[in-house]
Parts: sequence; C-alpha cells; structure tokens
Amino acid sequence: MKSLLTTLGLCLALCLPGPGLAGGLDPTDFDDPVLEQRYRAMLHELRCTVCQNQSLADSDAGLARDLRRELRDQLRAGATDEQVIDYMVARYGQFVLYRPPLSAATFLLWTGPFILLLIGLAALYLTARKSRRRDEQPIADAAARERARRLLNEGKDA
Amino acid sequence: MKRLRYLLPLIIVVVLGGFLMIGLTLNPRLVPSPLVDQPAPRFQLPALEDPERVVGSSDFDGEVVLLNIWASWCVSCRQEHQVLVALANRGVPIYGLNYKDERSDGLDYLSSMSNPYVWNAHDLEGRVGIDWGVYGTPETFVIDRQGRIRYKHVGPLSWRDAQDKILPMVETLRRETL
Repeated sequence: MKSLLTTLGLCLALCLPGPGLAGGLDPTDFDDPVLEQRYRAMLHELRCTVCQNQSLADSDAGLARDLRRELRDQLRAGATDEQVIDYMVARYGQFVLYRPPLSAATFLLWTGPFILLLIGLAALYLTARKSRRRDEQPIADAAARERARRLLNEGKDA
Repeated sequence: MKRLRYLLPLIIVVVLGGFLMIGLTLNPRLVPSPLVDQPAPRFQLPALEDPERVVGSSDFDGEVVLLNIWASWCVSCRQEHQVLVALANRGVPIYGLNYKDERSDGLDYLSSMSNPYVWNAHDLEGRVGIDWGVYGTPETFVIDRQGRIRYKHVGPLSWRDAQDKILPMVETLRRETL
C-alpha cells in the first residue's frame, strides 16, 4: 500500500511542471522594455544548434545559454535584428533560423507540403469522378433488370 | 494503363524507400558550416598552459594547420585523442582550443595523456567557439596558408578520417602557393 502511494506520488510529481524553461533562465537586465521585447522575440526565431528541435527560448543547453548571452550583448551594443541574424547565419548557416528564407535550397522545404496537398486533391478528384461515372452506368443486361423487378415485386405481394 | 495502376504502389514504395535509405546514411546532427572556404575568424586568448601568455590565430599565419576544439568534459575528445597524437607525430601542426573548461581540468587532461598540441587557447566562456560556429566538441578545422578554413570535421576523428581525408588534404594545401 505504502509503495503504491509512493508510486502514485512520484507519478504526480512527474506531471507537475518543472522549473520554467521559457527563456527565463538567465537574468535579463535590460533597462529598455523595447529591447527586452526584441530579445524575447528573437529567442523564438533562432534554433539551438545542438538540441536541433528547440529554439533558444526553449533550451537549457550550454550552447543555447552562450548564444542567448551573445544575442543580449549584441542587442545591447545596438545591433539591429538583421545584423544579429546575419551574424548567426554566417556562423551556423540557415539551419539556425526557424524560418529560413525562400531560396533554391529551401524551395522544397517551403513548397513541399503544398505540392503534396495538390497531388492528394488531384487524386481525390480523379477517384471521385471515376466512381460517379460508374454509378451512373445503367444495368445493361435485360435479364438482370427483369430479375430485379421480380424481386422487388415479390416484396410488395407479401 | 491498367497495368500501370497496379505498378504504381510498387513505384511509390521503391521511390520512398530510396529516399529513406539515403536518409539512413546521413547524420541528422551534422550542421554544414558556412565558414568553410571563408577566412577563419581571428582570435586572441590566454594560453591554457600559462594565463599570462597570449596566443591567437596570428601564430599560425602562413601555415597549414589543424585547429581542434576540445574539453576535458568531452568524452568523444578522449576517443579521438590518439588520432591527434598520431597526426602530430606525422608533422601536422595541431593547435587546440580548450572550450568552456576549467584551467585545472584542461591541464589534468593534457598531463594524463600525451600532448599533441602546439599550444592551447583557453576559451573559458566559449565566445571564440561561437565565433567559429562551434556547436559540439570535438570539432576539427583545417586551415590553409592564407588563413582560410578549408574543411570542418564534426565529431571524433577516426584514424580512417585522418588517413583518407585530413592527411591528403594537408599535403595538397601545403603545395598551394601563398
């Protein structure tokens, strides 16, 4: 009984939200609320390159912490958003961006889902048209029609 | 036409399977570096061996060298260490960037094994690492005589990597005129 309670308690503890990870990790001592706002927005645009599927805002990896520090330093030094993005892209490539710009290399990435959707819609349309045409075909066989009528009439007589 | 309809699923499976097969041979953690063929970022840092001494990228100007990013807390750095020692023994100058490491830990690491490095720069805060686009240790850069990065290897170097890629590359780059 006691072990069951312990297990349940542990399960419950696991469900509880852990220490907040949403970029609130490092102390941010921006005096300027606009700058702070820009910093928070940029955190969601940049990827943590070691954790790959987390943004800088989500990640507690050492590299993410360093990149956040770099971002803060550059913003404080008066860099524009574009300058910071250019700095990161020059070092880590477009992979560091959560929204890479449309280029020859990223063309399929951006358009792929829509192309697949179009193929799916086309397939759906063709299949639907074919099955409708099949339904419209009259029963050509005279004997079969006769048999069908007889079966229907049988029901009425009874 | 009718036969094609039966073949279509097979074609789709083969094409899809082909893509997935290629995917299996790729390393999803590998981020290709845009710094390759670009001038290597300049840096100046205190040496790991002596905090008073300043070392930096100007120390290997005009030389074909390797810059190896390592740390004592990095397990796969230990794995490639003997390969670095072998490369150094074959006359390839290897410079070290000790990345986000306590000085004493880094020195312990070096004294517990043979030291293949010409010197080690102590990048305690990892700022030079970011400038070089480092996202994981170990990383090894090949730098040519003009100070450009010509190749970047992410992850531990195997002897095969060294033999097939690094050594021939160093030979070729050495023949390039300044």
